Amino acid sequence: MSDTATVHAHQFESLEQQKEADVLGMWTFLATEVLFFGGLIMCYTFARLHFPQAFEAASHRLYVGYGGPNTAILLCSSFTMALAVRAAQLGRQKALVRFLIATIVFGLGFLVVKGFEYHTDYVEELVPRFHFHWEGDQAGHAEIFFWLYFVLTGLHAVHVTIGVIILSVVAVLAARGKLSGEKHITAEITGLYWHFVDIVWVFLFPLLYLIGHR
Amino acid sequence: MSSHTILPTKTYLVIFLLLMALLGFTVGVAFLDLGRFNLPAAMAIAVVKAVLIVMFFMHVKYASRLTWVFAAAGFFWLAIMLIFTMTDYVSRG
Repeated sequence: MSDTATVHAHQFESLEQQKEADVLGMWTFLATEVLFFGGLIMCYTFARLHFPQAFEAASHRLYVGYGGPNTAILLCSSFTMALAVRAAQLGRQKALVRFLIATIVFGLGFLVVKGFEYHTDYVEELVPRFHFHWEGDQAGHAEIFFWLYFVLTGLHAVHVTIGVIILSVVAVLAARGKLSGEKHITAEITGLYWHFVDIVWVFLFPLLYLIGHR
Repeated sequence: MSSHTILPTKTYLVIFLLLMALLGFTVGVAFLDLGRFNLPAAMAIAVVKAVLIVMFFMHVKYASRLTWVFAAAGFFWLAIMLIFTMTDYVSRG
């Protein structure tokens, strides 16, 4: 394994070129992800422009006490992910596994908090179509906000879940010593995806949770 | 192309602490009444956080020009979608 790990594939001129191709491939995928979430952000922008009061009132029903700590949890996970990639670059396999596990734990922590939050949303009758009750004359407009809230945070949670699964696979590979030498690029690519998921939340948090407090 | 730059742990720690401070800042700003400037302030802070993550955690600051282009492309097209769509809606009579 260690022999093949240091030899680049035949279609590349050098190992460096191969690693750059790996990184560019992930960035290409992330560009499609930017536009995937971007389309929904566009919907949000359009709806908020038309129903500003309903959106502020609806946002006020979400709890910063859930969204704020969850943002902090994801930032912590990005920090441990960055340290995991550093450990991989330095060839420190044990540290790599430890930081990957820490990142997985933060990712799971985020999902647990999100689960409790969804439960609270359900209890407070904020789930459009299925369990929705709104006092006042802008119920329909508030419902649009919560559609966007559940679609955006739901798709984000799916991305976090996929990230946790990928991180688990990478952690097992690392623990078996399969990411030594030049194979550390696997950890770097995974890191790019994980950091991107963090960036999505960095925008979702103020757009969804913070517009109704002033 | 030299091999990947390996950043010191301290750099990551500083970026992480900056991100946490900006999180506190954005929550604080949300509770102030800045009139029409609440949204631009929140988005400006989010953009700063995203740039810190992209540049340092995702190593784009230390990457090749080609990686810069690939990393910027998605955000560039997103800007086209948002700006062109909104100029249409905002300018309708």
